[in-house]
Amino acid sequence: MKFSEIKAHLGKFRIGIAGAGGLGSNCAVALARSGVGTLVISDFDTVEPANLNRQYFFTNQVGKLKTIALKENISRINPDTVVIAHAEKLDKQNIPVIFEGCDILVEAFDSDLMKEILIETVQIKMPGIPLIIGSGLAGWGNNSTIQCRKIDDTLYVCGDESTVADADLPPMAPRVGIVANMQANMVIEILMKKRLEYFQE
Amino acid sequence: MKILLNNREELFDKERMTVSEMLELKKFSFRMRIIKINGVLIPRDNYDSVAISDGDVVQMLYLMSGG
Repeated sequence: MKFSEIKAHLGKFRIGIAGAGGLGSNCAVALARSGVGTLVISDFDTVEPANLNRQYFFTNQVGKLKTIALKENISRINPDTVVIAHAEKLDKQNIPVIFEGCDILVEAFDSDLMKEILIETVQIKMPGIPLIIGSGLAGWGNNSTIQCRKIDDTLYVCGDESTVADADLPPMAPRVGIVANMQANMVIEILMKKRLEYFQE
Repeated sequence: MKILLNNREELFDKERMTVSEMLELKKFSFRMRIIKINGVLIPRDNYDSVAISDGDVVQMLYLMSGG
């Protein structure tokens, strides 16, 4: 299949990304490059110098809201991708509102507590929407421990499921990028399957 | 009872057990996790009340900080 056909298909979809840090910014850029039509991106943080070791931002964007900075960067990569930015802290109440109408959701938080809130809320209040989470990406090396595991049709986990990020095992560009791109790759796999199903009907 | 835990058969010397009891019996101590029973997510607040029965399919995954 030609890339123009893939892009035309992916352009029909809306993907939600919860968090615009290491996972979210890199995943969003991969999806925009691939031609995904609309990205709903939520994050309340601003870009800090320490983020530049792994997040898709630039030195002159320090201090900006991550959602605004990411929207700028995506518009320079693929202006056809529409970015809907929400600079609010997500909670059980606003998650279903902000991501209403999304075909797939990507969990891209740093904090394990926020991961739990998002997963519980999406799985219970947005049944049937596939959710692709990241879990375990700290440090460096160990390429072969990173994988993507399907729990069921609505839940996929990308990462090593074992390393916890902390001061002595920081998240770094290569492994964070691998997991973020794995999440984007899973999104595309699910969307391309929909194309196959459409033609089979 | 026999359950399928992350696609592996596990035997327990009980007829029924709560999610909390299963975690204790298996000595799963890491706190941040997601559990689904027969495809239904069980919120952490319900671990003491929701029961696992013979034949149930239990999926568990750990949530590691970092992103």
